[in-house]
Amino acid sequence: MYPAKFDYYRASSVQEAIQLLQEHEDAKLLAGGHSLIPAMKLRLAQPPALIDIGRIAELRGVTQDNGSIKVGALTVHADVAASDVLQSQCPLLAEAASNVGDRQVRHKGTIGGNLAHADPASDLPAAVLALGGTIHLLGPGGSRQVAAADFFLDLLATDLHEDEVLTAIEVPAISGKTGTAYLKFEHPASGYALCGAAAVVSLNDDGTCAGASLCFNGVTATPHNASAVAAALVGKTLDDATIDQAVNANLSIADPMGDMYASGPYRVEVAKTYAKRALKAARDRA
Amino acid sequence: MGKAIGQAIKRKEDPRLITGQAKYLDDIQLPGMVYAAVLRSPYAHANIKSIDTSEAESQPGVVGVFTGKDFADLNPLPCAWQAGGVNNNANTPRTLEIDKVTFTGAGVAVVVAESRYAAEDALQYIHVDYEVLPTVVDAKKATEPGAPQLHENAPNNICMEWTCGDEAGTDKALGEADVVVKQAIRNQRLLPTPMDSRGAIGIYSPVSEDYTVYMTSQCPHIMRLLMTAFVFGMPESKMRCISPHVGGGFGTKIFLYPEYCMVAAVSKKLGGLPVKWMETRRENYVATSHGRDHVTEFEVAAKSDGTITGLKVETYANLGGILSTIAPGIPTTLYGRMLSGVYKIPNIYCKVYGTYTNTGMVDAYRGAGRPEASYLVERAVDLVAQELGMDPTEVRRKNFIPPEAFPYAPASNILNGLKYDSGNYAGALDKALELIDYKNLRKEQEEARKAGRLMGIGFSSYVEICGVAPSAWVGLNGEGWGAGLWESANVRVHLTGQVVVTTGSQPHGQGHETTMAQIAADLLGMDVADVRVEHSDTLGTPFGYGTYGSRSATVGGTAIYNSVQKIIEKAKKIGAHMLEAAPEDVTFEDGKVFVKGSPDKAKTIQEVALAAAVAYDLPAGTEPFLDDTTYYDPPNCTYPFGTHVCIVEVDKDSGHVQIKRYLAVDDVGKKINPLIVDGQIHGGVVQGVGQALWEGAMYDDNGQLVSGSLMDYALPKAHYLPMIETDSTETPSPVNPMGIKGAGEAGTIASAQAVVNAVVDALAPYGIKHIDMPLTPQKVWEAIHSNGNGGN
Ligand SMILES: Cc1cc2nc3c(=O)[nH]c(=O)nc-3n(C[C@H](O)[C@H](O)[C@H](O)COP(=O)(O)OP(=O)(O)OC[C@H]3O[C@@H](n4cnc5c(N)ncnc54)[C@H](O)[C@@H]3O)c2cc1C
Repeated sequence: MYPAKFDYYRASSVQEAIQLLQEHEDAKLLAGGHSLIPAMKLRLAQPPALIDIGRIAELRGVTQDNGSIKVGALTVHADVAASDVLQSQCPLLAEAASNVGDRQVRHKGTIGGNLAHADPASDLPAAVLALGGTIHLLGPGGSRQVAAADFFLDLLATDLHEDEVLTAIEVPAISGKTGTAYLKFEHPASGYALCGAAAVVSLNDDGTCAGASLCFNGVTATPHNASAVAAALVGKTLDDATIDQAVNANLSIADPMGDMYASGPYRVEVAKTYAKRALKAARDRA
Repeated sequence: MGKAIGQAIKRKEDPRLITGQAKYLDDIQLPGMVYAAVLRSPYAHANIKSIDTSEAESQPGVVGVFTGKDFADLNPLPCAWQAGGVNNNANTPRTLEIDKVTFTGAGVAVVVAESRYAAEDALQYIHVDYEVLPTVVDAKKATEPGAPQLHENAPNNICMEWTCGDEAGTDKALGEADVVVKQAIRNQRLLPTPMDSRGAIGIYSPVSEDYTVYMTSQCPHIMRLLMTAFVFGMPESKMRCISPHVGGGFGTKIFLYPEYCMVAAVSKKLGGLPVKWMETRRENYVATSHGRDHVTEFEVAAKSDGTITGLKVETYANLGGILSTIAPGIPTTLYGRMLSGVYKIPNIYCKVYGTYTNTGMVDAYRGAGRPEASYLVERAVDLVAQELGMDPTEVRRKNFIPPEAFPYAPASNILNGLKYDSGNYAGALDKALELIDYKNLRKEQEEARKAGRLMGIGFSSYVEICGVAPSAWVGLNGEGWGAGLWESANVRVHLTGQVVVTTGSQPHGQGHETTMAQIAADLLGMDVADVRVEHSDTLGTPFGYGTYGSRSATVGGTAIYNSVQKIIEKAKKIGAHMLEAAPEDVTFEDGKVFVKGSPDKAKTIQEVALAAAVAYDLPAGTEPFLDDTTYYDPPNCTYPFGTHVCIVEVDKDSGHVQIKRYLAVDDVGKKINPLIVDGQIHGGVVQGVGQALWEGAMYDDNGQLVSGSLMDYALPKAHYLPMIETDSTETPSPVNPMGIKGAGEAGTIASAQAVVNAVVDALAPYGIKHIDMPLTPQKVWEAIHSNGNGGN
């Protein structure tokens, strides 16, 4: 509960943050501090320096542009959850953010920190993945954009380079008859996702499935994309039995993670149940 | 009685506590203070070959580094409650361990520095050479051939073997029974988790050669006794112990811990600098005592009409790597002797092995022994009901000890003639059934089952033993407790008419300042606001045994009651003198002394107090001042009881258990403050529900605590529970004049089995008879699905 010694710098712009990252080897960016500080208190992380980006205003807020929505990296979960734009045009992200931790955590933790930290039990990665989101990064060499599908590499590991700042998350606005749902089975100790299912379902005018997407948090080291289940739904009329059948026949998850509370194989069973419920909820909302 | 007892008034201490004005241990800052960080063994079983502290000593800010050898002159900590009547192979902690460690987290060295950060930073520069030894963590496996041996004086890791009841009679009952149900159960290990972790500040005075020790203790007087007489080898007068505000204890703060001795001894080494040590949550989990951890098999015998005829129990109680202060007393006296529950079970036999394993110390945790007993009995009753196809409430009713049978001596033999004081067990059950609308509930359950939903109804009819006292019972010749168990009170009525009550008990969340003020105010006919309760400092309070075992109100409160009675007698004498009447002609009512029949001409208690204090006109031979001290040793314990009902719904696809309703009908005798009683019940119930559904300390085979943080150890969260419904019946205890039975632990003692019984009831369609706690969704899901008929 007593972190090791570290230096503290505050960046007033993204450029300054990048410069400080280059100057200080092994330094860490500090956003909401709700993943980093606990790790430092347990001395699981001992960065020699912190670069506080928490007050860079340009990294905060939700903006809308031509069918896509950009969420600044420093936008806190509470603001993501309460955003009118997201609630109406990308409710999945708002719903996932509303499931994060408790009220205090949601007012400090940021969407950028959540994705950069890549805790497998976080609530946001599956939603961003299911939405086909894009991660915006800025480094000394300029900006680059990485698809969510390519961003998460392993447990607590992403494609983010050491001297880069995650600046925004871009997600498409939903269109037509599309419904989404994020359902979370909470770990009773940590409150993180033991299994979180994010579902997107689009329907044709005749009620058949035009497209679907289903991703999970909490079950594997990186968010799991159950594309086979989604593919099995397309073109079908989505009654309950069809959804159940598609999940039962097509959901297989390799290398599930377990802990003393819930084993890997059990989490896969929960994933099946939550997949069905999330897909049905998304269908009903479409 | 007057107007204050029975009032649901808000707690006097709360404004201070909730506005941050109250000082907890970590709030205390003293000039020149230095900070200690303890180096703890990363191994669960190892010999310490050498410790090199030189590199740590030269780290910035470090004031001193010490190891066990520096305190070799201090005795090991005492085990103050060895299981009665048997040879206890006791091994206890030292201030810092010298030669060997038997659990992960045992302290082996300490760094003292100008800040806690500097102390913490320097820990990694202490180099300890360990010889790592094999480990065993399971209470029963530790006794098996070939298990690693922890202590030379405890062959097969057995600390003690204890029995109660009649083995031959019980075997006979089992042999003659219509049905016998046999079940293995585990009562898992729990991490008590008070919000305020442990801490201590030691200050040695080189001038007067004495010590002041602040500590998070439930019983500062006992701490002083144990530290001075047993560890330091010096008179009690050389030490003052102070418990500041303490944020919860749940039993864990009854015990003497190495760090309390350490801060005092280190302060002496540093010439009297105040030394503070405050536990981190991780330390709290590895180094503060844990609760429960029983491996048990039992057999229950019954006639085909549901009459229970015998109960035979064998328990392996895990005591940890080394003994905490009262560890052996918990799985014996407070467990085996309570195995009759609320039932007239004619034959009971219990055998307990207390064993050493490479795990943290296990000692009293809210309920202490009684939750383990009640859990077992209530599971047993449900198993009998299930076996016979009877309604669980009918089996309970058939076996209840009837009201006319009190005082009742259970076959588990409470010892020394102690008997259950009073009870109306069917009364509490009836009230619960009515409030929960039982008949319709079963119909609702039928309908739910038809609709494919798993609804369950669980009962727990419990009795517990509390107000732990009678010195003649627990003391050495009886149950092995190394002291008496009475409680003290001093009551003074000051010149201005305000009352100060000092108590030897120690509040750490229970609301003593309100409840005890209500007792004195009620009897003296005063406002509760005019009574101030002081406590928790060995300087200024009479010797007392502290707060645990739901004893503060029953034993400590009665001490106050008795002191006030004596003060009233004296007030009557002085008042009569003031009224120029004969003492036998006056009476005391509503705070006034007056001649019987003439209440108009009266002297108030305040007037009498002033007259007693200024003392220029007192009846001949009367000492000045209204002041009395009582040391009260009750004739018996008290036995609260009740029935709890839990209604659950199980999600069969995920195994998740949702509590739909929880009703607690408790009989704690007369209530002094119903609001505080309600609070105690709510909190207690939640702790039991936590054990039933979520909590569980886990050690791996190497003796590492896997559940060592709040990210892994699942405490109950408010949003996991519905509002708890409470109600009560009132059967006064004949043991004490106010008729109170105690309420601090009842909720915890009653609740876990109500939840487990409900879940097993919900799963009855799958033929499931038992699942060990905690009933995690995975275990519930597996139980449903391993049965072949689970799933859809
Ligand atoms: C009690 C508690 C409960 C929680 N419960 C949940 C939960 O249920 N679900 C859930 O999803 N999360 C939960 N969290 C985590 C919370 O969502 C965190 O806030 C989030 O994961 C990290 O965001 P942060 O802003 O706090 O990041 P920080 O802790 O500041 O940083 C985390 C990591 O990301 C890096 N980083 C941060 N921002 C950037 C950036 N813009 N560019 C590059 N790198 C960056 C940091 O350098 C650091 O390595 C919980 C946290 C707590 C304390």
